[in-house]
Amino acid sequence: MNIVENFDLYAPKLTDKKEYFSPGHRACQGCGEALAIRLMCKALGKDTVIVNATGCMEVISTMYPTTAWELPWIHVAFPNSASVGAGVEAALKILRRKGKIADRDVKTVCIGGDGGTFDIGFQALSGTMERGHDVLYICFDNEAYMNTGIQRSGATPFGASTTTNPAGAASIGKSQWKKNITEIMVAHGVSYVATACHSYPVDFMTKVRKARKVKGPSFIHCMSVCPTGWRTPSSECVKVGRLIVETGVFPLYEVEDGKYRMTYQPEFLKPVELYIKKQGRFRHLTPDRIQEIQDRVTLEYRKLMDKVEGLHSWKELAD
Amino acid sequence: MSKRIGMEIAIAAAEAVALCRPEVIAAYPITPNTHVPEHLSDIVAEGRLDAEFICVESEHSALSACCGASGAGARTFTATSSQGLAYMSEIVPIVPAMRLPVVMIIGNRALSGPINIWNDQSDIMYQRDAGWISMFANNGQEVVDMAIQAFKIAEHKDVMLPVNLNLDGFQLTHVVEPMEMPDQKEVDAFLPPFKPLASLHPDNIVSMGTLGLPDIYNEACKARDEVLKKSRKVILEVWKEWKQKFGRSYEPVEGYKTKDAEIVLLTLGSMGETAEVAVDEMRKKGVKAGLIRLRLWRPFPFEEIRKAVKGAKVLVVLDRAVSYGGPGGPVFSEVRSALYDQPEKPFVMNQIIGLGGRDVPVVDFVKIVEKAQKALKTKPMDDYEIYGVRGS
Ligand SMILES: Cc1ncc(C[n+]2csc(CCOP(=O)(O)OP(=O)(O)O)c2C)c(N)n1
Ligand code: SF4
Ligand SMILES: [Mg+2]
Repeated sequence: MNIVENFDLYAPKLTDKKEYFSPGHRACQGCGEALAIRLMCKALGKDTVIVNATGCMEVISTMYPTTAWELPWIHVAFPNSASVGAGVEAALKILRRKGKIADRDVKTVCIGGDGGTFDIGFQALSGTMERGHDVLYICFDNEAYMNTGIQRSGATPFGASTTTNPAGAASIGKSQWKKNITEIMVAHGVSYVATACHSYPVDFMTKVRKARKVKGPSFIHCMSVCPTGWRTPSSECVKVGRLIVETGVFPLYEVEDGKYRMTYQPEFLKPVELYIKKQGRFRHLTPDRIQEIQDRVTLEYRKLMDKVEGLHSWKELAD
Repeated sequence: MSKRIGMEIAIAAAEAVALCRPEVIAAYPITPNTHVPEHLSDIVAEGRLDAEFICVESEHSALSACCGASGAGARTFTATSSQGLAYMSEIVPIVPAMRLPVVMIIGNRALSGPINIWNDQSDIMYQRDAGWISMFANNGQEVVDMAIQAFKIAEHKDVMLPVNLNLDGFQLTHVVEPMEMPDQKEVDAFLPPFKPLASLHPDNIVSMGTLGLPDIYNEACKARDEVLKKSRKVILEVWKEWKQKFGRSYEPVEGYKTKDAEIVLLTLGSMGETAEVAVDEMRKKGVKAGLIRLRLWRPFPFEEIRKAVKGAKVLVVLDRAVSYGGPGGPVFSEVRSALYDQPEKPFVMNQIIGLGGRDVPVVDFVKIVEKAQKALKTKPMDDYEIYGVRGS
């Protein structure tokens, strides 16, 4: 067991002292995904089985014969954490029913990157959610295939330069908008769906605890800053995570049985430019491109607020 | 007490699997294995079997879910064919690497393309080198028996490897045959509950499926090869026990009239039964023909093959898959390499037959024996022939 120094000083009431995701793993300095996973583990506690898709987090945490995981953990492949999780959940259910394992709740938690969730693992995710397995799926979205060297994914934002969608004289980088995975999960009828970010640890951990309690599928979309892929200093990870929320690019909300609620709402949204200017992956964007992104963010934010508040702001738009 | 039944073989296979009390079943429909999972879901729905049946959205997820379930300590089963097996193929080699004793029934069917739902063995041959224990049944009774044996072999503490049991699509899956179905008590006495070496549970924390760098990957492969080879001992023990308890004997390689045979056919799967009739016909005509049926495909029974062909002058290996641009059918290349170093060996030839459901009646086996007679004199240099190609 690893104890954080000065824990009693910083976070005595908020969370468990116990670390389930040990330090010493090989994530880059300032990795938002690793930070998010650590927080996730603390919120989940010991009665958890983790099913990890291939990606940065699997690679950096389990270099044989070492492991950073102090929770039962399995990795099988890239596209299938949701289906491996379905199998784990089914097994835990029947083994408990048959009295072969202890009679208590153990939660199956599937984790994957944006590639493992939005793209290659999408079918498995949809199947597991549709079948109603008692599984919490958390997507750690760093907006590209980072493990293989910053390639474009369905989660990469408009205008970002990646190694397969590079910016150049004839390209602005990614020319499509990000897939809205959260809405897709809502459309599956998943009873608890939330967005989160490691830069809001209490909000994230509260959501993890809430999702854990759901009987049936639940989904958290956790924005995770990747300094390496986003081309930001590693010391800025938490700051950039806050900016993505404060600018409205990635609002924090939850959808419980179809009902939307903002869990953190800045009084005024900061200009998107502040967020964009922090990152090398957007370095090539001209002011009008940034304005295009700003307009989209504003629209999407309003659409979200419509869902939160009813159809109220649609009316305003029409005026 | 075993019961005498007449039943479609796929249904009987499901009944036999149910007697093994699998705890998690994950499968996706594809002809011709579909009746196996369908009937298992009937058995679960009727309350005769307490299992979690996961109606996955694809075969990739079927085998993935099996990995999760087996990793968590449940007895796990799946079934598929052809494209389904190909769709699983990313996961196929991971299952033995993780030492997960999943049992899979494969209703063998030709791989696309062209798309074709009928029988050959190209689906399993495409997965040949993945590290599973792989065996073939010749008839319904063998399907029932081997399905039960498969769990015992897979879950043996010295094995802990997945097993695939192959039965020819339609030729076996859809045929009604008389069989003896063991009863629950007999199966319970034969097959102990699954005791995993490690399982995913917070009471005993483990990391499964970790990253292997070059400093360990080599050793992992070696270990995998060794354990698969060593599983042979357990397989033979299980078959011996089966013979004692149920009276039916199983061998890696089984000979029929091979003692004084000059021309020996070697088959894999259900065509062995037809070939047997052909051998009888040839014997009536005074031709010294014999037959070897290969049951155990992995681990490959080198020693038994060498022994079985002793004294033969021509060995005709009958394949039901092509290794395009390669040295002949997959069974042929294995058998020929098993014999390469032998001081005395038969002339080995290869006929690839019955692709994509092309019927191979007795008369074709007779013709093949006649070809072998000719080859005995001419020793043709052709490695292999796809038999019965129209227009050639
Ligand atoms: C079937 C398959 N295709 C491709 C890969 C190569 N690959 C491994 S991880 C990865 C990207 C992971 O991206 P993501 O899911 O976003 O996780 P991240 O590394 O960014 O955390 C890719 C393309 C693979 N392992 N398996
Ligand atoms: S590449 Fe990004 S996500 Fe991967 S370990 Fe480094 S910082 Fe974390
Ligand atoms: Mg990613």
